[in-house]
Amino acid sequence: MTRSNLGSRRSRARLLDQTDAAARAQLEPPTSFLEVRDLRVQFPTVDGVVHSVDGLSFHLERGRTLGIVGESGSGKSVTSLSIMGLHERTNAKLGGEIWLDGEELLGSTSERVRELRGKKMAMIFQDPLSAMHPLYTVGHQIIEAYRIHNKVSKSAARQHAIEMLRRVGIPQPASRVDDYPHQFSGGMRQRAMIAMALSCDPDLLIADEPTTALDVTVQAQILDLIRDLQAEFDSAVIIITHDLGVVAEVADDILVMYAGRAAEYASAADIFSRPEHPYTWGLLGSMPRLDRDRTDRLLPIPGTPPSLINVPPGCPFHPRCAFADRAGPATRTEVPQMVETDAGHLTACHLPHETRQEIWRTEIEPKL
Amino acid sequence: MIAFIIRRRVAAVGLLFIVSVVTFGIFFLLPRLAGATPDDLASRYVGKTANEQQIKDIAEKLGFHDPLVVQYGRFVKGLVAGSDYDYGPAVEHCPAPCFGYSYVDQIPVWPDLIDRLPVTISLAAGASVLWLVGGVATGVISALRRGTVFDRVSMGIALGGVSLPIFFTGLILLAIFSYKLQIAAPGGTYTPITENPGTWAYDLLLPWIALAFLYAAGYARLTRAGMLETMNEDFIRTARAKGLPERTVVLKHGLRSALTPIVTIFGLDLGLLLGGAVLTESTFSLPGIGKYAVDGIVNQDLPRVMGVTLIAAFFIIIANLIVDILYAVLDPRVKYS
Repeated sequence: MTRSNLGSRRSRARLLDQTDAAARAQLEPPTSFLEVRDLRVQFPTVDGVVHSVDGLSFHLERGRTLGIVGESGSGKSVTSLSIMGLHERTNAKLGGEIWLDGEELLGSTSERVRELRGKKMAMIFQDPLSAMHPLYTVGHQIIEAYRIHNKVSKSAARQHAIEMLRRVGIPQPASRVDDYPHQFSGGMRQRAMIAMALSCDPDLLIADEPTTALDVTVQAQILDLIRDLQAEFDSAVIIITHDLGVVAEVADDILVMYAGRAAEYASAADIFSRPEHPYTWGLLGSMPRLDRDRTDRLLPIPGTPPSLINVPPGCPFHPRCAFADRAGPATRTEVPQMVETDAGHLTACHLPHETRQEIWRTEIEPKL
Repeated sequence: MIAFIIRRRVAAVGLLFIVSVVTFGIFFLLPRLAGATPDDLASRYVGKTANEQQIKDIAEKLGFHDPLVVQYGRFVKGLVAGSDYDYGPAVEHCPAPCFGYSYVDQIPVWPDLIDRLPVTISLAAGASVLWLVGGVATGVISALRRGTVFDRVSMGIALGGVSLPIFFTGLILLAIFSYKLQIAAPGGTYTPITENPGTWAYDLLLPWIALAFLYAAGYARLTRAGMLETMNEDFIRTARAKGLPERTVVLKHGLRSALTPIVTIFGLDLGLLLGGAVLTESTFSLPGIGKYAVDGIVNQDLPRVMGVTLIAAFFIIIANLIVDILYAVLDPRVKYS
C-alpha cells in the first residue's frame, strides 16, 4: 500500500483461491453473457469471518431480467457489488469466477474493471437522494458519467444528458438538467439515476432495490421504465429486492437467496406457480395479497436470519424450516446442493422432490 | 440571492452598531461603574506633572462630565466625521474615521493602525495559504490511509500542533532556523511586498510556519473527520459505479463535500487573525496590529486598545458576512430566503 489509495492502478482484489492470472486465463469462458460461478465473498472481522456469499452460481443473457430475492443480509447486495468490482477498498476476500461477455472479472486488474464500470455494466441504487452528489447538478453528474467513457465535447455530452433525461420521462429536460438532486422528487431522482446509469448504454444493469425508497404509485412507474428501457437497449438486468411483488412484475428468472447461498433458482413462472423450497414458500406466505380475505393472517417465517459468522451446519434454513423433520438427519449436517428437478428449476433442499411437490399442493398452496 | 446578500449586509451593519456600543461601554462606562471619576479618565490625557486644576479643565474640555449618551454620540460622530481634541495648549484634529487619540504618542489611532495593517494582512495571508494547503492535504491522505503509520504520525503531530502555544513553537523555530542555522530572519523586521517581495517572504517565513502549524493541525483533523464521513456516503459508491478514476472520486466527489465546513471555519479564522495575531506578532516582534494592541495594553493607552477592538470586530463581522454568502454559494441546498 503505497500510492494505491489515490491511484487507480492496483493489483486486483485479495482472492480466496490461489489461482494466478495465468491459470485464470486457462478457464473455460462460458457461453452466457453473464455467468457467476461458485462466488464466495468473505469479510474478516474481529468476531470472525462473515460468509456473505458462499458458493453462488447463476447466469444471465442479454435482454433477460434476473430477480435476486432474499431477506436483509442474504448476500444479494454483496453479490451485485462484487460483480461491479465495488467491494474493493473494503476488506472483502473473494473466490470463484465472474464472467461478463467472455471476460473474467475477479482476475482482472482494478483498472480494467473500472473501465467496464459505467460503460459495460452500470448500477442504480436504493435511495436516489443519498446516491446522487448533493452539490452537483443532475446534468453534471450524467455528463460526468458519459464523458469518462466517451471522448466527446462538453456541449455534446450535455445534449446527450438532456436526451437521456427525456428518455426516462423527465419533463422539460432542457431546463431540469441544471437542477440539483434536492430539487427533484423521489421518483424523478430515481429516473435521473437510471438516466445516469444508462448514459453509456451498458449491457448489464444492476438495480439494487430500485423502488424500495419510493412511493407505491411511483414504484410501478419505475419498474415499467426499467422494463421499457431494457427492451430498447437490449440489456441484461439484475433486479435485487426483498419484495416478490417487484420481481413478479419484471423478472424472467428468479434466484432466491438465503444466508449467502442460493435456495431456489427458476423461471419466474415456476417460482410463483410451483415453488419447491420451503424458504420460497415462506416468502410467498409473507406477501400480502389483495385477493385474500383480510381476516386471513399472513404466514410469516418464524425466527430470524442466521448470523453469517456462524452459519448453521447443514441446510442454513433448517432451524426455521417447518419441514426439517421430514427431510431426514442430513439436513442438520450436510449442506444441500442445488439440484435440477425440472428443466431450469434448481432447488437446494434435502426434502425429496416428490415430497416437496406434495407439501406445496396440499399444505402450502391452499393457504396462500 | 441579491436579497439574501443585502439582508446579511443590513444585519452586519446592525452588528457593527452593537459592537460600537459595547466597545464604548467597556472603555467609558465600565471605568465609571468601577468608581473612576471623570477626572481619573482625564488624567490619562495629561502628563504626570499635571495639577488637579489642569486635570479638571481637561475633563471639562473632553466632555467627560456630559451624559453618557452625549459622549457616545460624540464617539460615533468621531468615527464617521472626525473630531477635535482640545488639550488646552492646542486643538488637535482627528480626521474620520477617528478611532480615538493615543495618550502616549499624541497622535490619532487610525492612521497608525492603517500603517500596521499590511503587516498583519501579510502574516495572515501567507500563513493561511500554508495551513489550508498543508492541513487539508494531510487530512485527506490521513483519512484515505486511516490506521496507517502516516495517519497516526500526522495526527500525533496535529495533536501537538493544536496543543502547543505559538510562543513555544515560534521560539523553537527562531532558535533553530534563525539563531543556530541562520537561514531565516530573526524577526522584528518587516519589508513591504511592494518594496521587495523576496525580503518580504524571507522576513515572514518563520512567523508563517509557526502560525500555519498551529492552524494546519486543526484543519487536518477537521478534514480527516469530514473525509472519513464523506467517503462512506452513497454518492461516493455511485461515483465509483460510474467508473470514475479513484483520484476523481476522492478529490471531486469526496473533498468537495468535506470542504464546506472547512471554508466556514477558514473565513472565521482569517477574520480573527486580521484583527491582530497577538501572540505571533509579539513572539516575532512584527509591527502589526496585534503588537500594537499589546503595546497599547502595556502602556495603558486605552484609545489604542479601543481602536484595535473596533477594527478586530469589524474584520470578524465582515468575515462572517463573507462566510454566510460563500456557504450559500458552496451548497445549493442552503436557501437564500
